[in-house]
Amino acid sequence: MAGSGTAHLRDDGTTVLSVRNLVVEYVGRRGERVFAVSDVSFDARRGETIGLVGESGCGKSSVAKAVMQLPPPTSGSVRVDGVDLAGLKGEALRRQRRKLQMIFQDPISSLNPLRKVKDIVAEGLRIHGGVSRADVETRTRTMIERVGLDPATAADRRPHEFSGGQCQRISIARAMVLEPEVLICDEPVSALDVSVQAQIMNLLEEMKERYQLTMVFIAHDLAVVKNLSDRIVVMYLGKICEVGGADELFASPAHPYTRALAQSIPEPDPEAPIQEAALSGDLPSPLNPPTGCRFRTRCPLAQDVCAREEPQIREVRPGRFAACHFPLEATAKEGPLVNA
Amino acid sequence: MSIGARPRAGAVDATAETAPARLLEVRDLRVWFETPRGHVRAVDGVDLTLRRGETLGVVGESGSGKSVLSRAIMKILAPNARVLPGSHIRLDDVDLATVNPRRNRHLWGVDLAMVFQDPMTSLTPVLPVGKQLTETLRYHLKLSRQAARDEAVRLLRLVGIPEPEKRFHQYPHNLSGGMRQRVTIALAICCQPRLLIADEPTTALDVTVQHQILNLLGDLREKSEMSMILITHDLGVVAGRTDTIAVMYAGRIVETAPTRRLFARMRHPYTRALIDAIPKVSLPSHTRLASIPGRPPVVIDPPPGCRFAPRCPSAQERCLAETPALEPDPAAPEHSSACFFPLGTPSGDAARARNIAAGVSAAGTPVAAEVTV
Repeated sequence: MAGSGTAHLRDDGTTVLSVRNLVVEYVGRRGERVFAVSDVSFDARRGETIGLVGESGCGKSSVAKAVMQLPPPTSGSVRVDGVDLAGLKGEALRRQRRKLQMIFQDPISSLNPLRKVKDIVAEGLRIHGGVSRADVETRTRTMIERVGLDPATAADRRPHEFSGGQCQRISIARAMVLEPEVLICDEPVSALDVSVQAQIMNLLEEMKERYQLTMVFIAHDLAVVKNLSDRIVVMYLGKICEVGGADELFASPAHPYTRALAQSIPEPDPEAPIQEAALSGDLPSPLNPPTGCRFRTRCPLAQDVCAREEPQIREVRPGRFAACHFPLEATAKEGPLVNA
Repeated sequence: MSIGARPRAGAVDATAETAPARLLEVRDLRVWFETPRGHVRAVDGVDLTLRRGETLGVVGESGSGKSVLSRAIMKILAPNARVLPGSHIRLDDVDLATVNPRRNRHLWGVDLAMVFQDPMTSLTPVLPVGKQLTETLRYHLKLSRQAARDEAVRLLRLVGIPEPEKRFHQYPHNLSGGMRQRVTIALAICCQPRLLIADEPTTALDVTVQHQILNLLGDLREKSEMSMILITHDLGVVAGRTDTIAVMYAGRIVETAPTRRLFARMRHPYTRALIDAIPKVSLPSHTRLASIPGRPPVVIDPPPGCRFAPRCPSAQERCLAETPALEPDPAAPEHSSACFFPLGTPSGDAARARNIAAGVSAAGTPVAAEVTV
């Protein structure tokens, strides 16, 4: 894994979001370079949810921020509806960014505590202009209602009067009131209780259906990502390991890292056997990533070639793309292995 | 097999011969917090029994009282917490509710140990991890400097830390989150406690590291006679790793049973709702989750009635007027639930069917038709 390549892209004019060769590097405190994202490409069709999974430090949040141009990536392009955001500045970027909205992990700290809910939700409409005052009011109220809050009681209150789940509903209203093309969700349900998490997940699915929304969904809980996604991108140390359909990916992984993740998922079933720890050790430092395949230092299948040559993403089965020199065989239910 | 340096013999363990003896017994525990808004009943009448060598999973959402329960057993409650008279916590022969502070100093670490969600809660940032281990070993076990050092390195190796001699001299900030949690586990088990309480030990960790840490805790428990309480919000974490599960809601245990039985025959509507709300990898993507309406309550001056009734799809008039007690199933005494209309019984099924037909529960909560998964 941990390879580059673009074999998994679908350049057929159906994509709303297209991310190409994204590189994000930070400069550390001592001047050292941190390789957070190294050559990541993916795309999303209209109405599709792309799930990004991987351990903390794999670069999934860096990808989300780079797509939002917060800050712009070191290199690579992000196209929304065919317009490359990388070259845009000022007003032009602001106009395009309207099509991209984001919700964050901590619902309480991502809302301004001093402002009323109706102003938080309406702010985007006011900034982007072209909407009459009465219209702003109606659209704000409609959206507050659509996320499951009562506009009559909620609109004039401030964030601290709401629970975490309700604050996340307000964040969703704030993002959706501009009717964006793409919604980026960075761990939106991680801070919520199980019962509330299910409510927010269902709400996101409703929004997606109603607005033909394209989503990039990031979470560390693999079952949550699987439930919401159509296609899943597995990342490791700044690179993509595997891309595949949400239903097939964990059932029959092609990349050893995906298999390790799948084996680590705790299933709420006492009859399910407990697997031996699939992975040992920790993520290597992104300051000094391993040569060749970045996963090789923890990979049970690693050979000499994995240290010398970086595997490229290729189609290892129909519709399944992996960056691995030794991809795993498909389990019986799925199609045969494509010889690449 | 022993995991710690302390010899596993002596008067304390006289009862161990007739295992599995009761190790921990909690009776009618009530812990209230005094707040400006009133008394918050964080734990409101909890009974628990834990036998030697057993693992108990305590499951609940935030505010269910699961962490306050563990802190009450450890005697590390916040200053504004009040343990009400009539509460009993017994560890073997010691009544933890009345134990004096001198004796308590030798209970912590030696008999009772705890692993927290955030490893930095139990580690000091200003000492190397090895020093933090040897300090404990020398204080409780009176080991010599050299013996304590050797033992600390052995413990670090036991919990799966590579190059323990090198790590011995490193500070917590030099270690990753998973490694730090391993160090706190080494610290917790170093005096071979009889009871280890792990409060959300893997919630802050990645799924692969969570798996390693849970396997490690399971291995350690198997190698010793240690009992364990695993506290979590995640039913997936406790499913394969506990002997018994207690489900808490709003300060009370609403259902408790041996793990397999609980998953096979859930009685309490809350337990069912909790498991149905979890997304599962075994289900196809975009499966609609059966969410629970509303959110967990904060219990201040509760009205009579079942505390789950406002959110419960089975709720009847009786549930709003009377409080159900935790009572054993007549057919299976080890399985108790606190519900007037338990699932899988004629009265429970009839209550649910009635609410589905009416589209609303007695508390006025909309009830959708049963989603079978």
